[in-house]
Amino acid sequence: MTSVLLVGLGGFFGAVSRYIVSQWMKKKFTSYLPVATLIVNLLGSFLLGLIIGSDLSNITILLLGTGFMGAFTTFSTFKLEAIQLHINNRKKECYIYQLIGYGGGIILAFLGIVLGEFFTLI
Amino acid sequence: MIYLLVGLAGFIGAVLRYLVGLPFTNGPIIFPYGTLIVNLVGSFLLAYLTSVLFKKWSIPVIYQTAIGTGLVGSFTTFSALSVETVTLLQHNQVFPAFIYIVISLAGGLLMSRIGLRFRKEEGA
Repeated sequence: MTSVLLVGLGGFFGAVSRYIVSQWMKKKFTSYLPVATLIVNLLGSFLLGLIIGSDLSNITILLLGTGFMGAFTTFSTFKLEAIQLHINNRKKECYIYQLIGYGGGIILAFLGIVLGEFFTLI
Repeated sequence: MIYLLVGLAGFIGAVLRYLVGLPFTNGPIIFPYGTLIVNLVGSFLLAYLTSVLFKKWSIPVIYQTAIGTGLVGSFTTFSALSVETVTLLQHNQVFPAFIYIVISLAGGLLMSRIGLRFRKEEGA
């Protein structure tokens, strides 16, 4: 029961943070790619990597990892935006968007994990 | 008000994602079925909600944001997908990692497309 509340609490703030970042980005930047979702997903992948790589307690991982970072990043919007680019005949943008998302996400998660393990060692 | 609604919906979305993943955490299975399931289901849901249901039921924008951005947005996740792929690779599970990415990449797009397809069939 406690773990459910921890995940939910993290999810509350993760979702609100994503909403704030995307609102702010949409006002600030106009781009041919959905930059707001890309930024939260790449940043979140790095930070979750850092959390998983570090030797943290289960409580912290549930709150900050599964809860916050899980909700801060999103998959459904990432996919919906991509398919809409594709439908609107902006196929090149769709492929670039997916490539940066997956490629960048995996590289940044790896860097986060390595950095987390490094901080744990020293 | 909108922040509170998005947050509460995010609370529920994250908890549901956690509960879906729970059955797969016990045991020797390393493949991230939980994340894959929530992401594919959520991709369909978001597309279907935004293109069909929200319009059909004329839901106020504030609730659309809470359900779409808050609930479904937090139910699905991208950070776990990235980290789980790296973890698979670190355990020399190269083929499962490849399969995980391909199903997420193509399957997610397909689920979104299917969600949007209902819109066309209803002639909207």
